[in-house]
Amino acid sequence: MPLLLFSQPFMDSPLIPLIIEWSLKIFFIFGGLMTALAYLTWFERRVLAYIQMRLGPNRVGPAGLLQPLADGIKFIFKEDIVPLDADKFLYTLAPIMSLVPALTCYVLLPFGDKFVMPGLNREIPLHITHVNVGVLAIFALTGMGVYGIVLAGYASNNKYSLMGGLRSSAQMVSYELAMVMSIIGVLLQAGSLDLVEICKHQAGWFGMQWHLFTYPPTGIIGFFIFLIAMVAETNRVPFDLPEAETELVAGFHTEYSSMKFAMFFIAEYANMVTASAMATILFLGGWMGPFVDQFPLLGPVYFTAKVGFFLFLYVWLRGTLPRYRYDQLMNLGWKFLLPLSLVNLVLTATIALFFM
Amino acid sequence: MSIIGEVIDTMKTLAQGMALTLSYIPRKKLTVEYPDVPVEVYPAYRGEHYLARDENGKERCVACFLCSAACPADAIYIEATEDLRDYADRPGMENRYAKVYNIDYGKCILCGYCVEACPKDAIKHGHSFEMAVTDFKDLIKDKHYLLANLEMEKKRRVKVLSDQ
Repeated sequence: MPLLLFSQPFMDSPLIPLIIEWSLKIFFIFGGLMTALAYLTWFERRVLAYIQMRLGPNRVGPAGLLQPLADGIKFIFKEDIVPLDADKFLYTLAPIMSLVPALTCYVLLPFGDKFVMPGLNREIPLHITHVNVGVLAIFALTGMGVYGIVLAGYASNNKYSLMGGLRSSAQMVSYELAMVMSIIGVLLQAGSLDLVEICKHQAGWFGMQWHLFTYPPTGIIGFFIFLIAMVAETNRVPFDLPEAETELVAGFHTEYSSMKFAMFFIAEYANMVTASAMATILFLGGWMGPFVDQFPLLGPVYFTAKVGFFLFLYVWLRGTLPRYRYDQLMNLGWKFLLPLSLVNLVLTATIALFFM
Repeated sequence: MSIIGEVIDTMKTLAQGMALTLSYIPRKKLTVEYPDVPVEVYPAYRGEHYLARDENGKERCVACFLCSAACPADAIYIEATEDLRDYADRPGMENRYAKVYNIDYGKCILCGYCVEACPKDAIKHGHSFEMAVTDFKDLIKDKHYLLANLEMEKKRRVKVLSDQ
């Protein structure tokens, strides 16, 4: 088998440059992403502090920029405690179950159009894989994340953890419904489940024909439903009931320490970025913007800026809003967002039927 | 349709709240980066005491024990003595002066009664607050230390605001 890899026919096959291209893309996206996630914690703490008229972490390195590194080292050297009565296997499995789907999502996200590598004369698409049911795949993967949280709550053998896990599963299941319903209008317009196709469908109007603006007012309504559901889906303030620290200590990750806790932490932030990227692709035109046709490398810049806006919005919401009560959360999800998204869907379909 | 009105109301209040928190971001921060930046205190701040001297550098304290008597924490220990030499030769402003003058900052509550009780304005509050030590013994400050405290304060990380 090793000999086959270096044999002449294999070396000549078009597979080799493809494998190199994929490996490099995976390396850069994964590396860049992990760094971005680490700096997201720094960003969140700084912005939150500024909202509260504090300075936030600014001692480690210039402007506190080495704080994520210090946190990472701290996480690695902390004692990894497993409670005596915990289900050891599930307890270890839960963080993995939560982190792996969260990171797998990035394989599917397109962050730019094809661009021609100068010198190599080779067209490189700016996404790792191109799946023609990308939307479905991403929702399936983010749905998998719930298992990690439920298992963590169950395996910890702690009543706070269990309550957190239960709440989280209920919350994620109910908000996923409204979330998926709210984007059907977009899928109806784009006529595809392919993330790249959905982005390209928003290329008109000088790169500004975003689904947010088309078919008014359904685009804006759908966007707001998606926004609320996305915050609830990622368990962030004001919907952070699973880890409500005033009621449940820390919710499902009460018993976790060291790298296991860090994995939940990374998964949470990775989910935030995925949700922001999905909102960008579905409603804000993905990498589309002015002059993106002439300069394809402008695409990732637009994409990052839009995702950055959503990430700032997450922190901004956290600095502003108090937490929902559990029954209010369920009421909002089932009695308001779900019917509204259905009405919105009917409205979109009507407009599509008569004006397309 | 009350529900639409409710949604609009909610959106309005939400926007208000978000605008408020956003407006706080560029504002001046309240954090004092203490070891790098001196802490600002008011002139009436009751910090670590100092023993005052008169215009010729003589100790103002006449060891009358009024501060010791006024002290609710019993933190001031004084031993009085007399020096009958001329004003130019003796250490104190008057003949009588304090041979030993100790304040135990393990007991002192910085209430300021000693300062109020002093008839000669000999004991005053400084503005220094960096009184932490690693040994209980070091909490007892002697006369030598307290006399030098007014000068020492200029080197401390504290900034006294003006009276205005």
